[in-house]
Amino acid sequence: MKTKTLLKGGRVVDPANGRDGAFDVLIDGDRIARVGRDLPVDAGTKVVEIPSGLVVCPGLIDMHVHLREPGQEHKETVATGTASAVAGGFTAVACMPNTNPVNDNAGVTEYILKKAAEANLARVYPIGAVSRGQKGEQLADIAELKRAGCVAITDDGRPVATALLMRRALEYASMFDIPVIEHCEEQTLKGDGVAHEGFQASSLGLRGIPGEAESIMALRDISLSSLTGGAVHIAHMSARQTLEAVRFGKSKGARVTCEVTPHHFVLTDEMLGAPIPYNTNVKMNPPLREAADVAALRQALKEGVIDCIASDHAPHAYDEKEAAFDDAPFGIVGLETAFGVAHTELVQGGVLTLPELVARMSTLPARVFGLAGGTLQPGAVADVCVLDPRQQWTVDPARFFTKCRNTPFAGRELVGRPTLTLVAGKIVHDGAM
Amino acid sequence: MKKDLLSIDDLSGDEIHLVLDTTEAMREIGRRPIKKVPTLRGKTIVNLFYEPSTRTRTSFEIAEKRLSADTLNIAVATSSVLKGETLADTAMNIEAMAPDMIVLRHASSGAGHLLSRICKSRIINAGDGMHEHPTQALLDAFTIREHKKRIEGLKVVIVGDLLHSRVLRSNVLLLTSLGAEVWVCGPPTLVPAGIAQSGVKVSTSIDEAVADADVIMMLRIQQERMQGAFFPSLREYFTTFGMTAERVARAKPDVIIMHPGPMNRGVEIASEVADGPYSVILEQVANGVAVRMAVLYMLAGESETEN
Repeated sequence: MKTKTLLKGGRVVDPANGRDGAFDVLIDGDRIARVGRDLPVDAGTKVVEIPSGLVVCPGLIDMHVHLREPGQEHKETVATGTASAVAGGFTAVACMPNTNPVNDNAGVTEYILKKAAEANLARVYPIGAVSRGQKGEQLADIAELKRAGCVAITDDGRPVATALLMRRALEYASMFDIPVIEHCEEQTLKGDGVAHEGFQASSLGLRGIPGEAESIMALRDISLSSLTGGAVHIAHMSARQTLEAVRFGKSKGARVTCEVTPHHFVLTDEMLGAPIPYNTNVKMNPPLREAADVAALRQALKEGVIDCIASDHAPHAYDEKEAAFDDAPFGIVGLETAFGVAHTELVQGGVLTLPELVARMSTLPARVFGLAGGTLQPGAVADVCVLDPRQQWTVDPARFFTKCRNTPFAGRELVGRPTLTLVAGKIVHDGAM
Repeated sequence: MKKDLLSIDDLSGDEIHLVLDTTEAMREIGRRPIKKVPTLRGKTIVNLFYEPSTRTRTSFEIAEKRLSADTLNIAVATSSVLKGETLADTAMNIEAMAPDMIVLRHASSGAGHLLSRICKSRIINAGDGMHEHPTQALLDAFTIREHKKRIEGLKVVIVGDLLHSRVLRSNVLLLTSLGAEVWVCGPPTLVPAGIAQSGVKVSTSIDEAVADADVIMMLRIQQERMQGAFFPSLREYFTTFGMTAERVARAKPDVIIMHPGPMNRGVEIASEVADGPYSVILEQVANGVAVRMAVLYMLAGESETEN
C-alpha cells in the first residue's frame, strides 16, 4: 500500500514551475501528488510539519561526484558516498568513471547501480568513460553504457587528448542524446603543475598551471560541438578565460553547458601559503585561482552563463593527503558543504536569490542531463529537500558521513543547511535525528 | 626564534643579523687547531637527504661535528624510501628515536613543512624542491657583508634559472628584507610568474642587469630539472646569459661574483670569471660551515630556554 506524506508548511521554492511561496506538498508513494495551499489531510496520511522559515525544494542534484567504488573502497563506497549526499541535501548524484576498473563497460555500470540499490539512499547516475580504460585511444562501448544506465560520458581526470577522438565521441554520443563531459586541461600546458600559476605558487616553489590550460581545451571542445552538433558539458570551471570561451560558444548557439564548484567561487590560491602552508586540502584539479577568477565566476553565475553547481566530491584517505604538496593526490570532499558554502557566499552574499541557487543545484542539472527530479511538478518523482536557510553551523569534518575528511572548509562558519531529504517519497536523511 | 628554519620568512630582521654576527664567532672556531667545542654535546641531529648533495650535506655534517653533536646521515639510496615508505612514515619513525633536530633536503617544495607538522624535533630546511634553501641565503648574505660591510643599498644581480631555484627564493626574501636593490635576470621561460611582486627588478638583458652591480650571483642551470625546452642550447645560453669577463667589466670595479655551486663551467659562467679575482665562490663554501654552526647553535639554544 502506498503511503501518503504531506509536507505541511514552509516556503516552497520550485524554479521549474516558477513557484516561490507558502504551500503544502503532498507525496503519494514515490511521486509528487499535489502542491497547494492548505491541502486536506486524509486519514492515513503522514504529516510532516515544516516549521515556518524553512524551504521545501526539489532535491539537489550533484553531477560531479567520485564514489570510488569499485576499486578504491578505502576512500569511499557507493553506500558512504550516497549517505554523504543525502546529508548534504542531494537526492541524486552522478558518479565519475575513474574507478578501478574504469566504468567503460556495462558490467561496471551495473555493479555501481546494484550497490546504489543496496544502499537505497540517493539516486545514482553512473557516467561512463569516453574511451576504453580512459586511455584516450579507442571509444568505450558507449551504446552499452547508455543502455546499462549511464547518463553521460567523460574521461574525467584524464581529458580527451586528441581533437579527433573528442570529435568522434561527440558524434557518437549525439546518437543517444547524452552529453560528453570534459575535464578541460591541455596536458602539455599543464605539465606537472600542482597549483595555479602566479605569485603564490612561484613564492612557494610549486609548479604552476595557467588558466589557459583549461580555456584552450574548452574552446577546442566548443568548436567540436559546433562541428558535430554533439552536446558538451564543461566540468568544474576555474578560470576566467574558460568563461570567455563558454560565453563565446553560447552566443554562437553551440550546445555547451557548464558547471562550477563551490571551492572555485569561494577560495583563492592565497590558501596555498596561509593559514597552513602547503595544506594538501587545498590541492585540487583544477587548482584554486585568483580573486579575479572568483569574481568572474560569481558574475557568470549571476548572469546565468554557468548552468550548474557541482561539488567534484573527491575523497582521499587522510594518510594519502599527509604528504608533500607535490606528492599528495588532487581533490577534496564537498557533498556535505556544497549547499552551505553556496548559500552563505551566493545568497547571503547577494549574488543569487535562493530560487536561483536551487535552480543551479537542482532544476538545471536535471534539465541538462535529462534526469528525473529537479521539479515538484505533480507526477514527478518525490525527491525533495528541506533547507533551513537561517541555520548557522560550523563545518566539522569529524561529523561527515563521507569516509574522508579532506576539506579546506574545516572550521568555516556557514549559514544555511539541508535538514530533511526525501528520495522517492521516503525520508533518507533527517538532520534533527 | 621559531621552532624550525623552513624559510627566510621564519627569521625576523634582528634574527638575521644575529645569525650573521654569531657566524663570525663560529668561523673563529674553524680556525683553531682543535676545531671542536662542546656546545651541542648530547644533541642528536639527523641529516635526512632525499636528494644527492655533496656540498650542503658535508657542510652541515662538519658544522654539527664541530659543535660536538651526535650526527646521523640518512641518504635516499640506503633508506627505506626504496621500499615505498612515505615521507610522513619515515619522519614518524625518526621522530620515535627522539632526535633534537632534523636537517632535511627533499625534492618536493614544502616537505619541511610536512615534517614540521609531524615532528617535535626542530626542522632545518636544507633545500626543498623549488622553494627555499635558507642557510644558503644566510651564507651568501654573510659573504656579501664580509666584503661590502653592508647589504642595504647594494645592487645585487641574480642571473640564471630563476624558475627552478630555491637559492633565488631564499635570497630574494633575505636581501630585499635587508634593503638591497635586487635584480633578477634570465630568459623569460625561466622567470617565475609574478616574481616582480617580490619587490625585485626583472630584466632579460644581462648587460642592463649587471651595469654598476655590487654583487653578481650566478645560478646553476639545473639540467636535471629541465624537463622542457626552456632555451635552445647550452651554447646559446652561454652567449646570451653566461657571465664573461666583458660582462663583469660593466659592473662596479669592486664587484664580487658568487655561485651556490655546483658550477657548470662554460654554461652559466666562464672559467676565467669563476677562477678570477672577483670570484668569492670558495669563500661561500667556507662560510657555509660557520653559518650552519650559527643556525644549529641558535636553534638548540632555544630548546634549552623553552624547557
